[in-house]
Amino acid sequence: MSYLLRRLALYAVAAWASITLAFVLPRLMPGDPQTAMFARFEGKMSPEGIAALRDTFGFSDAPLAAQYLTYLGNVATGDLGVSASHFPARVGDVIGAGLVWTLWLTGVAVVLAYAIGTALGVLVAWQRGGWLDAIAPPLLALVGAFPFFWLAMLLLLLFGFTLGWAPVRHAHAAGVEPGWTLAFAWSVVTHAALPALTIVVATVGSWLLDMRNTMIGVLGEDYVTLAHAKGLAPRRVMLRYAARNALLPNITSFGMALGFVLSGSLLTEMVFSYPGLGYLLIGAVRSLDYPLIQGLFLTITLAVLGANLLVDLVYVWLDPRARVRTEAP
Amino acid sequence: MTEPLLRVEELSVEYLTATGPVRVLDGVSFVVGRGEVFGLAGESGSGKTTVALAILRLLKAPAAITGGRVWFDGQELTALGDPAMRGVRGRRISLVTQSALDALNPVMPVGAQLGDAISAHHRVRARDRDARVAELLAGVGIDPGRARSYPHELSGGMRQRVVIAMALAQRPPLILMDEPTTALDVIVQRELLTEIARLQAELGFSILFITHDLALMLELCTHIGVLYAGRLAEVAPAQVIGARARHPYTQGLLGCFPDPRAPSLRLAGIPGAPPDPRHPPAGCRFHPRCDRRLPACSAEPPAPRVIAPGHEASCWLP
Ligand SMILES: Nc1ncnc2c1ncn2[C@@H]1O[C@H](COP(=O)(O)OP(=O)(O)OP(=O)(O)O)[C@@H](O)[C@H]1O
Ligand SMILES: [Mg+2]
Repeated sequence: MSYLLRRLALYAVAAWASITLAFVLPRLMPGDPQTAMFARFEGKMSPEGIAALRDTFGFSDAPLAAQYLTYLGNVATGDLGVSASHFPARVGDVIGAGLVWTLWLTGVAVVLAYAIGTALGVLVAWQRGGWLDAIAPPLLALVGAFPFFWLAMLLLLLFGFTLGWAPVRHAHAAGVEPGWTLAFAWSVVTHAALPALTIVVATVGSWLLDMRNTMIGVLGEDYVTLAHAKGLAPRRVMLRYAARNALLPNITSFGMALGFVLSGSLLTEMVFSYPGLGYLLIGAVRSLDYPLIQGLFLTITLAVLGANLLVDLVYVWLDPRARVRTEAP
Repeated sequence: MTEPLLRVEELSVEYLTATGPVRVLDGVSFVVGRGEVFGLAGESGSGKTTVALAILRLLKAPAAITGGRVWFDGQELTALGDPAMRGVRGRRISLVTQSALDALNPVMPVGAQLGDAISAHHRVRARDRDARVAELLAGVGIDPGRARSYPHELSGGMRQRVVIAMALAQRPPLILMDEPTTALDVIVQRELLTEIARLQAELGFSILFITHDLALMLELCTHIGVLYAGRLAEVAPAQVIGARARHPYTQGLLGCFPDPRAPSLRLAGIPGAPPDPRHPPAGCRFHPRCDRRLPACSAEPPAPRVIAPGHEASCWLP
């Protein structure tokens, strides 16, 4: 079995396990879970609404195995039921709207942080002991040591309230009609500025340190010495020989860190009232919207798995040795 | 007398450690003439690799050249600026590193790495470069179709051939070969050495050949220098070393049979171990292990003494 197939199997098992966990957990609640869960919607929702909710959520009088199959079918078709707090909107639609914002914000911020941190890591390792190496790593490591939440508040206070450079809440201005217009795009970009900055500032240091360390290791390798001995331009040795190899372990730790990045971005969304998954999650927990909580749990799990799969694909693309690896790890 | 191709004069290299400088090369001098194969022998840690890297000025901090000069083809390398030095690397002097297996970039096809060696010094059209890559591979006995292979897809012997092809890319007059066959098994070693000897005879370049296999050195080299703890103990033409070695250390080396698979030279014939470079013994560095030492040996380091033209030994023995 090839490296990639084994990884795919692993992800499939992980996805199945988390989907099953989301089915088992509510049923492990003490007492009568159905009554406990749905009692709070009595009066807020029509009896038909609650019945529909029970149905799509998989609770019924059928045997557990049948409930499980129904549930798996629902998940497979993306039918996650009806949200209690956004009634009568369906969970899938509620999450879909939030997911777009989170993907945009986190996607841009994570790629920026990773690119900047990694590029700086390459440079400081190359000029080890130089002025940039003396300043950047300790400074960014210090900044990264503060909690996400704290950094978000600081940036909010400084650039949002005190300096007033960027909007402090929401994904776009209320007055701008969503659509493919320049005004809307500008509004979206400026509203993402502060939350994205938070994520970048909080994580860039760890990417830098990570890359710096692997680079320093790679710079001691014989193939780097030999690249110099060929008389190649320093830039080419740095990028094609050293950084290109240092990127491999770096990409792996990037995959492992993605979960933390996502949780950080959820916190950031809360501080900036950014209507992504994190913001939805507080709302759902606050109003005990079980279908939405369950849907978010599944979405976030699958997102982390999907991102890791993507990282694995990139790894295989970057490392010729992983493409043909057939032996056991 | 014509100027030799390479002249190393009183070369000293120190590691600038936190506890003070550690001198790993101390006043090393030798010359390599055109078309000569100069063998550098010595135990592990004696400074052989350091000599090669110092010539190319590729020592990494905390190591630095702290004394002496290197002349190459009338140019003082130790006085060149960085861009000029880069022009020497690969084009005038190339390197074959010690560990064949780690010498190639694992994420780059070997053809591209050869291509880099070709285009490092002047613009080459892609088609000409690829043709030259094929020619170089064929020259070391590798199917040019392997240009697209990655290093891990080649055997150890093939990889080392690629590295040798890379060293030949610019037809440099001098190639530094640092234990080019150590990581390979005996049969492949033989093949490769035959190949090196053939190429050398054909193209006429000079070699600074570093190995711990003295028997092999006697066979392949025209001149031999024996390094002990950062100092040259003896330098002479190969036949002279084989027949009338003067230094007790050289004699000890000749009297022992190194295990060809050992990562470095281990001496069965000489008891004791080489000194810690941080605390070298006073006088002759070999005297604690020497069975013929004189009172002078521990007092004063012996200066190189001319035994015969081209034969020098640093030893107090008459
Ligand atoms: N970072 C360092 N700090 C201090 N001393 C060092 C350092 N690196 C190497 N040395 C010393 O430099 C000396 C010369 O090393 P060198 O690699 O040139 O030896 P060598 O003769 O090539 O050995 P080998 O046969 O094992 O390749 C050794 O004694 C070693 O201990
Ligand atoms: Mg060595």
